[in-house]
Amino acid sequence: MVPFAGWEMPVQYGGIREEHVAVRTAAGVFDVSHMGQIECSGPQAGDLLQRLISNDVASLPVGGSVYAVLCREDGGILDDLLTYRLAPERYLTVTNASNHEKDLGWFVRHAEGFDAEVADAIDRYAMLAVQGPQARESLQAIADAPLPVRHTASQRMLLGRSALVCGTGYTGEDGVEVLLAPEDAPAVWDEIVRRGVAPAGLGARDTLRLEACLPLYGNDLSEERGPIEGGLGWCCKEDTGFIGADAVRAVREAGPAERLRPFRLTGRGIPRPGNAIEGGGVVTSGTLSPCLDVGIGMGYLPAGRADVGTAIEIDVRGKTREAVVAERPLYRKERDG
Amino acid sequence: MADASYPDDLLYHAEHDWVRLEDGTAVFGITWFAQDALGEVVFFDPPEVGSTVTKDQSYAEVESVKAVSDVIAPLSGEIVEVNTELGDKPEAINEDPYGEGWMVRVKLSDEAEKDSLLDAKAYEASLS
Repeated sequence: MVPFAGWEMPVQYGGIREEHVAVRTAAGVFDVSHMGQIECSGPQAGDLLQRLISNDVASLPVGGSVYAVLCREDGGILDDLLTYRLAPERYLTVTNASNHEKDLGWFVRHAEGFDAEVADAIDRYAMLAVQGPQARESLQAIADAPLPVRHTASQRMLLGRSALVCGTGYTGEDGVEVLLAPEDAPAVWDEIVRRGVAPAGLGARDTLRLEACLPLYGNDLSEERGPIEGGLGWCCKEDTGFIGADAVRAVREAGPAERLRPFRLTGRGIPRPGNAIEGGGVVTSGTLSPCLDVGIGMGYLPAGRADVGTAIEIDVRGKTREAVVAERPLYRKERDG
Repeated sequence: MADASYPDDLLYHAEHDWVRLEDGTAVFGITWFAQDALGEVVFFDPPEVGSTVTKDQSYAEVESVKAVSDVIAPLSGEIVEVNTELGDKPEAINEDPYGEGWMVRVKLSDEAEKDSLLDAKAYEASLS
């Protein structure tokens, strides 16, 4: 266990590699209760979110989910977030633990003038991510109705306990995330583990998300860079007029100076966050890929040297390691599984 | 991984390294405690034969999936042999830390330095 943002975090249960492989080949369950939740409700809750987050909230149906960034006026990323529309006038946004208080303050400050209420919901929910090719089957066995399909969310009963089940995740595998009352979480955890789902820690969550090239706030995303640089232009709809839209549009039109890119080492070594890339650029995430058995990572590269196939050199604590800019995702089941 | 063990025929450095003295040379490795704290070792980058190591300073790095750790030299000298097998099989550091997981053999420059090392009993006591 390691401390993080006021939580005791389970980094691993058995071993990171074993847990990683369990999620790729069967199913694993992660306790991600450190993640925060903000609920926006009221007649103008949708309008408020449209102003706050980068993706199009107006077209989000009830039961749908949308990924977006929360930007400053200058386009710097405050957080990356998933938002679920629970009811016509009720939305739930999931925040990163270390950003939760900052996000909540930002939401409250900008809610002025909107007929909407912003509530901190972090104490209301524990959160379990059940991920892997057999994840749905395992959870379905204790659910009262079919689980929601990918990118949608529905209220279900699990072992007779009410839970919000969402077809989302952070591993590159199929699966669901479950938000439920903290007192109900241990029973659900114990039952799916009893049914063969492997307890998986945040170490494996990090290697899985990196193989899938999903960015991590604090590593790959920060207030110092914008969503276009971070490869998240696809979730920015500037025409919605979100805070920071003008800055994002300007970067999109002019082209960013640098781009977040995945890479793979061609020889030995393991890249780590903070390693410099020769000729400009920096590694923001790096590990040994348990599935590919090579060093992999993501980093910011000058836009002119960011094309797939470009050879790069990384300074790993004084040793030069050769790498190549790769397509995303770094791991694809059909190709690498 | 085997159970915790600290063989009596080795000397120990408080930074979780062991030494096996053999006729003027010494074999270095990391202790059971160190490999257990690291978790699965996935990479060992050995120093070069002929390079010098200095007591209490880092001479190599071991990496688990999550993190990099320095390996501290328990004694000073010149490296005369490295365990190249660990390049392909770093997990030997977990599976057999005092045997196949050995890291380097060193020609000692000052054998008297060994007086500052701990015996198995003292090292084990330092862990609790």
